[in-house]
Amino acid sequence: MKSLNIERIREDFPILNQQINNNHLAYLDSAATTQKPLNVIKAIEKYNISNNANIHRGAYTLSIKATEEYDKSRKKIKGFINSPYSESIIFTKNTTEAINLVAFSYGMENIKDGDEIVVLITEHHSNILPWQMVARKNKAKLKFVYLDENSIINMKDFKDKVTDKTKIVAVGHVSNALGTINPIKYMVDYAHQKGAVVLIDGAQAIPHMKVDIQELDPDFYVFSGHKMLGPMGIGVLYGRREILEKMSPFLSGGDMIEYVEEQSSTYAELPYKFEAGTQNVEAAVGLKAAVEYIEDIGLENIKNHEMKLTKYAIDKMKEIHYITIYGSQDIDKRGGVISFNIQDVHSHDVATILDSYGVAVRAGHHCAQPLMKYLGINSTCRASFYLYNTIEEVNQFIEGLKNVRKWLGYGS
Amino acid sequence: MDLNSIYTELIMEHNQSGHNRRHLENPDHKERGHNPSCGDDLTLELEFDGDIIKDAAFTGHGCAISQASTSMMIDLIKGKSKREAYDLVNIFIGMIKKEITDEKELEKLEDAFILQNISNMPARVKCAVLAWHSLRESIKEDVETGE
Repeated sequence: MKSLNIERIREDFPILNQQINNNHLAYLDSAATTQKPLNVIKAIEKYNISNNANIHRGAYTLSIKATEEYDKSRKKIKGFINSPYSESIIFTKNTTEAINLVAFSYGMENIKDGDEIVVLITEHHSNILPWQMVARKNKAKLKFVYLDENSIINMKDFKDKVTDKTKIVAVGHVSNALGTINPIKYMVDYAHQKGAVVLIDGAQAIPHMKVDIQELDPDFYVFSGHKMLGPMGIGVLYGRREILEKMSPFLSGGDMIEYVEEQSSTYAELPYKFEAGTQNVEAAVGLKAAVEYIEDIGLENIKNHEMKLTKYAIDKMKEIHYITIYGSQDIDKRGGVISFNIQDVHSHDVATILDSYGVAVRAGHHCAQPLMKYLGINSTCRASFYLYNTIEEVNQFIEGLKNVRKWLGYGS
Repeated sequence: MDLNSIYTELIMEHNQSGHNRRHLENPDHKERGHNPSCGDDLTLELEFDGDIIKDAAFTGHGCAISQASTSMMIDLIKGKSKREAYDLVNIFIGMIKKEITDEKELEKLEDAFILQNISNMPARVKCAVLAWHSLRESIKEDVETGE
């Protein structure tokens, strides 16, 4: 493990070098979307300047070049997450589409009347709504696992909820709203013992920690490119090959076919069966560059840096008596996300005031309304860190926080 | 962005005073307004005396801007006819959309005139107009069919 050369890294992210409201921009919303390094921006540019054509079409050289670029991206992802097969890697638009693909193509066909689906109360709406739709349509039951007194997933509750009736367990690897890292290896093994299929929403995990599919052995693992330095509009579904092979297509149309007759068709092999229509090839190319950037810096080093910032920020925030921090108090169970509120001030006012100090944080329910309701709050502010953030930016954030209540007319 | 132009004393006063934050004893109409993107959730209660808005109050939660805007609106419309209130809502929404800029016209909004600066903050426009939309929904039918 080595310290990151942040000055070098920041040269790769020109967007961060700007003034917002006469202050240095402190971008603390990487859990929503990350910024792109120059190698990603240039890879997309190079693809468009030299290699763009529609893939899998015709025999001409440019189309073959574009197809090769697309295939290279898939192989890169396969290696990055240690998937056993390239054809287990399906490109989607984002995490949301990947979960919908599984819910509709697998869930709708395999979850029956009386079956159960288990999710965590911390899930993002994208890992709740598709299962609600499956449960409602197929008369299945959607069950939630709640938190323990330390704000982490109550594993006793998990074991109570996952039963022989459970057909799907859909869990977030890292909570986007609380930053908690869930014990997913244990969850996968337990769910498999009960005969359930497991989907892991890795959107908040994959940018920050090594994910080894063969070691973890989930049935589905999904994530988005734009939260890991890549472009928007590209996401990944890893699926166990035997399961994917039996699943029907999600979207149908161009490029996912074998033979098409007037009344029936046969479908292409994996992974193309699930990639209907023209794909976002330039985004796939950008995602490959993003993975290369992350591998170059090293996930261990990134995690180390983020956690240094997170711990520093939490320690400073704890000194401010009117701040409430949500989630685990145990720093080892957290990622680089801090969800908090300031007494008497709505999160949106906090975010507006911090913005005036150049600090970008997220405010609201973080697409986790059931969690907010469960915690008895309406919304929180969320600061999240990534490899390009600095201690100085954390200080800027802390100084901004100290000024918030003053603007709302409170003494301190 | 100048925070002083948003978090003015008047807004703070309305946000903290809470004089309009209560339940009415006998409301004739309740209208819930919700902004799903930020979670602001306000319920407006209205009591009518014929065509006159005799009393109004609100409950719920939201940011300082939505709370203050709601409170200012209630102060403004109490004792007014539905038609007058409806016209004032349109002036307010016109102000926030920057479609109405004539000061004479905007002065009719009394305290709420100070929210004009919110029109420069796209992220907060929805907070300012939430309760006004609820009021419009509440009286729209009466006003439009009464013509």
